[in-house]
Amino acid sequence: MAIRAIIKVPDERLKQLSEPVEQFDEALRAFIDELEETRLSGPGAVGIAAPQVGHFQRIVIVDVSNMRKPVANHGYMILVNPEITHWEGFELGREGCLSVPDYTGNVIRAEQIRLTAQDQWGERHEYEMSGFEARAIQHEVDHLDGITFLDRLVSRRTDLFQRKVYQKKSNKSGEKKSK
Amino acid sequence: MNQWKMLTLVGADQPGIVAQVTHVLFHQGWALGETSMLRLGGNFTIMMMVSGAESNEQLIEVMQPVAYRLNLHMHVDEISGGLHQHALPNYQIQVVGADRVGIVAQVTALLSEVDFNILELTSDVAGTDDEPIYIMTIQGHSCADLEVLEELLSTLDKDVDVTVKPIEIMFG
Repeated sequence: MAIRAIIKVPDERLKQLSEPVEQFDEALRAFIDELEETRLSGPGAVGIAAPQVGHFQRIVIVDVSNMRKPVANHGYMILVNPEITHWEGFELGREGCLSVPDYTGNVIRAEQIRLTAQDQWGERHEYEMSGFEARAIQHEVDHLDGITFLDRLVSRRTDLFQRKVYQKKSNKSGEKKSK
Repeated sequence: MNQWKMLTLVGADQPGIVAQVTHVLFHQGWALGETSMLRLGGNFTIMMMVSGAESNEQLIEVMQPVAYRLNLHMHVDEISGGLHQHALPNYQIQVVGADRVGIVAQVTALLSEVDFNILELTSDVAGTDDEPIYIMTIQGHSCADLEVLEELLSTLDKDVDVTVKPIEIMFG
């Protein structure tokens, strides 16, 4: 096992599309172990995506079970070929990224999502999640499509208290588009 | 690394201020760090960290013509500190109310009781001359619990509407 180097903005590779995983073999599982080791070596990252270490396959890891203030969670998740199948509600929240050190910004994400993904053995799972965990998943899945949170920034001065009426208005523009 | 300086420029807003100011800085070998540039009351205000090999006096000298042309007040200070010293907020507070004297002083006096460190404060007067509305957003850090902050701010006069929201930053 080894800690991989994190690719950082403005490296063009962060805009690369990742390919689906087809072989669920020992090499995949060894890579996932390294990806997790890399995530844990960073400063408090709750998620990591394979392309962040220069590996362009659709693999992400998310674990929000160790937050200082606990949030609803599914524990440690290895998500291979994840697909978000449903989005609902919108919420503004602050994000940072291992690939964009020393910067945080506000991003609008769906409040609730449903997704399907395979695990490291190729078995398919379905998840339903909301809030912070859903935000982390959307952030990581974006990396698989070559998108960082910088592509979704809204003003840092935009307040976090937008009333429902504004949130409804933003439905359309905030909807994730498949790339 | 050269010492950072804080260059402040303020004057009546007009198109082209940023372009002309930064053009001179760039061509005279000054690098920019973090900056804040915004319009306040019809003025354009610039505060920027600049770094270069020359002295304060030389910076003022090269900036004088453009400041004079654009009618900008200019000020330069040596500063300590530098880049990559961001502090992360864990609370955002919004205050909205009919404008009156003392809102900022009262809110921030309460916040200082719990060592709330203000990282960013923006405020604006909206509404009309007859019925002005004060809108203020504060981002900052405090070790106090949300309930403590809410309790504290609930002692404010009832003519202002205060909302406190924790900021939980998601690092991925």
